[in-house]
Amino acid sequence: MLISFMLLFSHQGKLRLQKWYVPLLDKGKKKTTRELVQRVLTHKPKMCSFLECLHFCCAIEDQDNELITLEIIHRYVELLDKYFDSVCELDIIFNFEKAYLILDEFLLGGEVQETSKKNVLKAIEQPDLLQEEAETPRSVLEEIGLT
Amino acid sequence: MPAPIRLRELIRTIRTARTQAEEREMIQKECAAIRSSFREEDNTYRCRNVAKLLYMHMLGYPAHFGQLECLKLIASQKFTDKRIGYLGAMLLLDERQDVHLLMTNCIKNDLNHSTQYVQGLALCTLGCMGSSEMCRDLAGEVEKLLKTSNSYLRKKAALCAVHVIRKVPELMEMFLPATKNLLNEKNHGVLHTSVVLLTEMCERSPDMLAHFRKNEKLVPQLVRILKNLIMSGYSPEHDVSGISDPFLQVRILRLLRILGRNDDDSSEAMNDILAQVATNTETSKNVGNAILYETVLTIMDIKSESGLRVLAINILGRFLLNNDKNIRYVALTSLLKTVQTDHNAVQRHRSTIVDCLKDLDVSIKRRAMELSFALVNGNNIRGMMKELLYFLDSCEPEFKADCASGIFLAAEKYAPSKRWHIDTIMRVLTTAGSYVRDDAVPNLIQLITNSVEMHAYTVQRLYKAILGDYSQQPLVQVAAWCIGEYGDLLVSGQCEEEEPIQVTEDEVLDILESVLISNMSTSVTRGYALTAIMKLSTRFSCTVNRIKKVVSIYGSSIDVELQQRAVEYNALFKKYDHMRSALLERMPVMEKVTTNGPTDIVQTNGETEPAPLETKPPPSGPQPTNQANDLLDLLGGNDITPIIPTVPTSKPASAGGELLDLLGDLNLAGAPPSAPASVPQLSQPPFLLDGLSSQPLFNDIASGIPSITAYSKNGLKIEFTFERSNTNPSVTVITIQASNSTELDMTDFVFQAAVPKTFQLQLLSPSSSIVPAFNTGTITQVIKVLNPQKQQLRMRIKLTYNHKGSAMQDLAEVNNFPPQSWQ
Repeated sequence: MLISFMLLFSHQGKLRLQKWYVPLLDKGKKKTTRELVQRVLTHKPKMCSFLECLHFCCAIEDQDNELITLEIIHRYVELLDKYFDSVCELDIIFNFEKAYLILDEFLLGGEVQETSKKNVLKAIEQPDLLQEEAETPRSVLEEIGLT
Repeated sequence: MPAPIRLRELIRTIRTARTQAEEREMIQKECAAIRSSFREEDNTYRCRNVAKLLYMHMLGYPAHFGQLECLKLIASQKFTDKRIGYLGAMLLLDERQDVHLLMTNCIKNDLNHSTQYVQGLALCTLGCMGSSEMCRDLAGEVEKLLKTSNSYLRKKAALCAVHVIRKVPELMEMFLPATKNLLNEKNHGVLHTSVVLLTEMCERSPDMLAHFRKNEKLVPQLVRILKNLIMSGYSPEHDVSGISDPFLQVRILRLLRILGRNDDDSSEAMNDILAQVATNTETSKNVGNAILYETVLTIMDIKSESGLRVLAINILGRFLLNNDKNIRYVALTSLLKTVQTDHNAVQRHRSTIVDCLKDLDVSIKRRAMELSFALVNGNNIRGMMKELLYFLDSCEPEFKADCASGIFLAAEKYAPSKRWHIDTIMRVLTTAGSYVRDDAVPNLIQLITNSVEMHAYTVQRLYKAILGDYSQQPLVQVAAWCIGEYGDLLVSGQCEEEEPIQVTEDEVLDILESVLISNMSTSVTRGYALTAIMKLSTRFSCTVNRIKKVVSIYGSSIDVELQQRAVEYNALFKKYDHMRSALLERMPVMEKVTTNGPTDIVQTNGETEPAPLETKPPPSGPQPTNQANDLLDLLGGNDITPIIPTVPTSKPASAGGELLDLLGDLNLAGAPPSAPASVPQLSQPPFLLDGLSSQPLFNDIASGIPSITAYSKNGLKIEFTFERSNTNPSVTVITIQASNSTELDMTDFVFQAAVPKTFQLQLLSPSSSIVPAFNTGTITQVIKVLNPQKQQLRMRIKLTYNHKGSAMQDLAEVNNFPPQSWQ
């Protein structure tokens, strides 16, 4: 497996995203997350130059290529950036389900499924349209107060 | 009932909470609302509620009551519902819960849905968290989708298939036909996932691997694709900093690695492309280095020609100079893996590696340290040791123990001179004295003992070292031991290596007593100090009374170990003063135990007890000729020091008796022992000291127990004669005599014995190692057996010797012990 799990957390250690590609009980996930967050934050206290700063954490296997994993993280950030038009942490907080959906179009089962940025974004935007079309009638009704 | 609040509303509200308690209250309130909404089976807002639940779950709150709701969402016809439902399933469910099995049918339906995005959701979920049962049920659907022309679905199906194979390896075969034309695709997503699938299959099954090598000719296909990627012009869709689709390049390189491993033809076919990638990849950004790194890993793993391997190692060497510490880190890790196989090539980068010891990053330092130790050899030992000692000085505490151990090992292997070796050890002890591992102390003591000409120098340096600071226990232990052994050299100022210092006997005792009193000294250290003081009683001339006083004080120490020692030493002063000088003699040179077992031959005065021995089958193969070694191998315990054999072989009948005579004389006051050198050293097993109090220890001769012939074969005959102890009925003394009736001598004769677990055995030194021919003489050896449970005596013996130019070895069981010998 290329990636066992991926975590995103804030400078203060608040979890913003967690994607697990290995089966682990909730307790195990919590423990691992906690330990990792602690380690990263104590290790690099001076890494961030501004107040809010997101940490990306990817767990890979022993024989995997760490440098390409960095590129994977890089690519994911670029995708978020493109989708949210200059992404910031708040975007991820308020649209976490979108962040997951983007991730799920980029990785599957811990491996990269699409290497073209364009195609990944297309795979999000088109279903988004599908969703909007289906929802529109209902939201109009809501707006005029007829629920 | 008012509509449940929207997700964004909830997030905003929760973020206004100022304390953890406030947040918890909000969450609980919302959870209650969601729960009642679920109970009402509200289809309209289920999606919204589950989304909120997922958010709260991410904050760390329990959300398991939403699991079934996710299933309902998945079963819904609405796309929005399905999206959140599948997301919820992936976050809240995992294969350990039975609930997820209910998804199987839904997923099956969705895999065949008319909308590709729904199919995509199903494939994604199955590929991320599908259990083995689910995979078994749905593998057929996945296989179908693997053959579709829709590249969006095909790539997902490929990765889903990878997951299925990981979960249920037996299903691998069924995906084989579908892989036929996967690499003909133009779509990079499909190409990438196909390569991943092929990699998984090749890694898991050697048959598959062979099939793909031979029948499918995978290597040329991959080489072609890789070449196109490198040569093709700028492709905006897949470009990363000027490199075309690095993700695909890396995966192809990885698959090539597996195909080329242990296969000459495949390795040759990929030689050129690897060289091309290695030389042409842009290295200014991380992405280029990622590809280079994968290339290096591939080159090192396949059967590449030496030029290519050197190229790879040089790439790693360049990585070491990179500013990016990630790159330095992977380089060190890879070099560590290849240092054994390509040692010379890695040696060329030694100075760069050593520089990495000064890196700020802890992980880099650790790898640099490991690599440095791997590179130490006889030629570079002096230079490397300087660097390593400097590193030991300045590194973090977590490294010190490993570094110290590594330095000791390296020094032992490659020390250019004894003086250098001792100096290096001293440096480590004084720099990192408290981090040195416990097992290092006996090793060092042995080393010092064996460097006979350096004794004066060593003891002087050690004395100076602890004078200032006696808190580092390993240092103090070694120093105490040496001072106890060589205190006479210290006081007489005999040092040749450096300026001898002026030390009086009282000053030496002062420091040892300070160690005894100090709160920082552990019990073990105190033991060392007390024994050292005792030993000095035979080496010092003016301060014996002072020593006596110290020893008697500790006779009432709270520490039981110290108390026992002190009482025994006291007894030595009072009743057995005539034995004292012999008992406290200088330690003989000790042979180093080879790696046969964890037991160490090094004795530290009175520390050792004989370990309970078991019948072990004697190890076969060449044994070191040192006798104590062999005994340890066979007997598995560290119970005696090698005793210089001086008992003459002339009179077979009483040869063993002479040794026993010495001990038999114990109750006669004032009679000095006749053969001082052969009296056992201080580390005697307890049962020997048992008889010291009053009566003769053993019946002298002719106790009436019949002797037996334990072994007789090929002209070698071994006889056992027995004696029983008066005071300790569990002790039997067996004297063996080996004789040789052939026309040629048997040389390098070694007798070894093993007994069952309930017995204890002590084998004393033999009279010689040559059994002369024509029965003109014998080898005698004494065995003492302790049999507290009065069980039937059985013994297995092993004999090794050289005869007529060849090495002989034999094993035998001795079962004919007369009952009087053990009852």
